[in-house]
Amino acid sequence: MSGCHDCADCPAAKFPPPPAKAAHVIAIVGPPNSGKSTLFNRLTGLHQKVANFPGVTVEHHVGRLRADTDREVLLVDLPGVYSLLPHSEDERVTHDVLTGLRPGMEPEAVLLILDCTNLGRHLLLAAPILNLKLPTLVILNMADDLRNRGGQVDVAKLSAELGAPVALISASSGEGVDKVYQFIQGTAAGRAKVKAPLIQLPVLQDIPKCRRWASEVGAGAAYRAPEPPRWTRRLDAVFLHPWAGPLIFLAVVILVFQSIFAWATPVMDGMKTLVEASGAWVAPHIPTPLLRSLVVDGVWSGVGSVLVFLPQILLLFFFIGILEDSGYLARAALIADRTMRKFGLQGKSFIPLLSAYACAVPAVMSARTIENKRDRIATIMIAPLMTCSARLPVYTLIIAAFLPNRPLLGPILGTQAAALLGLYVLGFLAAVLTARLLKSSILKSGGTPFVLEMPPYRWPTLRSISLRLVDRARVFLRKAGTVILVVALLLWVAAHLPLQNGKPPEIGQSFAGQIGHAMEPVIKPLGFDWKIGIGLLTSLAARETIVATLGTIYGMEGEAASHGLQQALHADLTPGGALALLIFFAFAMQCMSTLAIVRRETGGWRWPAAQFAYMGLLAYAGAFLANQLAGGAVTRLIAFLQ
Amino acid sequence: MQVSFNKTDSEDTDSLLHLAALEPGQEAVLDHLRLPEDISRRLMELGFLPGHTIGVGKAAPGGDPRVYRVDGSEVALRHETASRLLVRRPKKEKL
Repeated sequence: MSGCHDCADCPAAKFPPPPAKAAHVIAIVGPPNSGKSTLFNRLTGLHQKVANFPGVTVEHHVGRLRADTDREVLLVDLPGVYSLLPHSEDERVTHDVLTGLRPGMEPEAVLLILDCTNLGRHLLLAAPILNLKLPTLVILNMADDLRNRGGQVDVAKLSAELGAPVALISASSGEGVDKVYQFIQGTAAGRAKVKAPLIQLPVLQDIPKCRRWASEVGAGAAYRAPEPPRWTRRLDAVFLHPWAGPLIFLAVVILVFQSIFAWATPVMDGMKTLVEASGAWVAPHIPTPLLRSLVVDGVWSGVGSVLVFLPQILLLFFFIGILEDSGYLARAALIADRTMRKFGLQGKSFIPLLSAYACAVPAVMSARTIENKRDRIATIMIAPLMTCSARLPVYTLIIAAFLPNRPLLGPILGTQAAALLGLYVLGFLAAVLTARLLKSSILKSGGTPFVLEMPPYRWPTLRSISLRLVDRARVFLRKAGTVILVVALLLWVAAHLPLQNGKPPEIGQSFAGQIGHAMEPVIKPLGFDWKIGIGLLTSLAARETIVATLGTIYGMEGEAASHGLQQALHADLTPGGALALLIFFAFAMQCMSTLAIVRRETGGWRWPAAQFAYMGLLAYAGAFLANQLAGGAVTRLIAFLQ
Repeated sequence: MQVSFNKTDSEDTDSLLHLAALEPGQEAVLDHLRLPEDISRRLMELGFLPGHTIGVGKAAPGGDPRVYRVDGSEVALRHETASRLLVRRPKKEKL
């Protein structure tokens, strides 16, 4: 892959081809919802990795086949497509790979996977694939579904009609998958032959003709379509019931929210303790104090700040896995669509935005369920404006330091809780307005309509969900981990150098302190001094870092010092400045993990850079206005409450 | 499956109505799609082919978007899209 900027992502980097025989590349193609990924996972297990094609944001998986073949066999899982007419990025990539326009990835054979419970429509894709004249195995998936619902197909006749071998399988149970291995062993040894189909292939641009061809082929293979899925109809009668449907939807939403927000917290705290304890355990074994500080405060805490998100991400993806594999996610998107449309978004944006209340990182990753690229990017762009859990420690510190707690609505709502709620609303409004702005300008969907296929309900399998969890965890740790580590090291260097008499300087004299002083003129109008400036700088890595940084600057550390820190802040910040700081944190993009993940998911630095600039501007303007205009009012309000 | 691709006779065009106007549970035959070509093509790939029967299924609260049964699968469309698909009632159906 020449011109590749992302070497770690390059499949060739991970699987160097053996010198004697080049790897045998096989592409897996199929329409969405055909069980393509399930088969891919079954064939490759954990020997797979996610990659982006250079220059496009379409993601694909490359995996090594678990089988005894002379040559190494690489499977490429291409995006789900209905045809090879390139009118979306997914289709263009699939088209380019199959026609050999992507160097280093020319497939020698194709696995075409179709849902045999809906063969008439899925055979549409067979016409352009067979037209490539590559050795192709036509895989009819969901054999068990077809049987259970009284459908039928003659595999031998279909094979003769298409001029290609046909395998009737069930990717989820493993039935018939041995046929797939046989085919691959054959093509790897170069034994496959390509025959012409009995019924001549139709003109590919003419979909009605293609569909007629598919019907003819189906009829020739004695295909009998299965009965409609009775259980799906029954479940939809409940899940899409006019009032029970929304109630169940609400229950599911609360469950997901509760799990990522409340249940993940003890695990995350445990993770944090573990990282700190192991850091403390390593520390005495490092001789020089400076090196010790570098390892423990730099590397260790950097790694820790990444690891801490992992339980939340895994929990969220566990739920999303169940929702997606069972088929409920499509129903949830249907129910949420009307509300989301008011913000210029669509039903599928709902779950990612909900997750963003816990953490923008899993939210951005889960936006992948949105096929429409513009809607997906809009969702990714606004997710970090939702109030994530990392803002909470900052909000609580500042609110507690400045706002006296008085009952507002009896015992239910105090002034402090109301202020916190107000910040949640502020973030939500900013997100909604940004979405409207984006969707009415640069991310306008044009004429692309909202189309949502409703798959039949299926039991999710633990196997497929756990494979996905491992996959997500890997992506997160590798991508976010590397960026965070670099930033953590840079911040450590800034805070601990230049050395004075061989010792790290006071923070005010360090590079970070000098930068803090240098930026004071810029942040003065917001009501911030150089100490807050350093806090803003270190909070670039992760928002909650500012609490620890301010603790260090004021020479107070630990939980016990929280009260002292509040008093110290009180002396340095005016009430207007405090409000400005809250608003700054509500809007600013101070999270390296999120930026790293946005870069990954959008395939470049363009979107994360725009996001960083936009949110920074919003934060600065908001804080400026708050400090200049509302300072007096806040002071009077606080005096009134006291 | 019997598929017809002939355009409806001109005297028939009066009986055309748009898909969104159908009641839940009703069926109709798709006549043509009044949408730009690339969007029509996408919908055709999903089964919205002229001559095919479309059934109306469940809907989201408020009736929009709505699920349509077409060519062996179920696809949800918003009202704005469904109102661009013109259908005629099957001849056998009695009103």
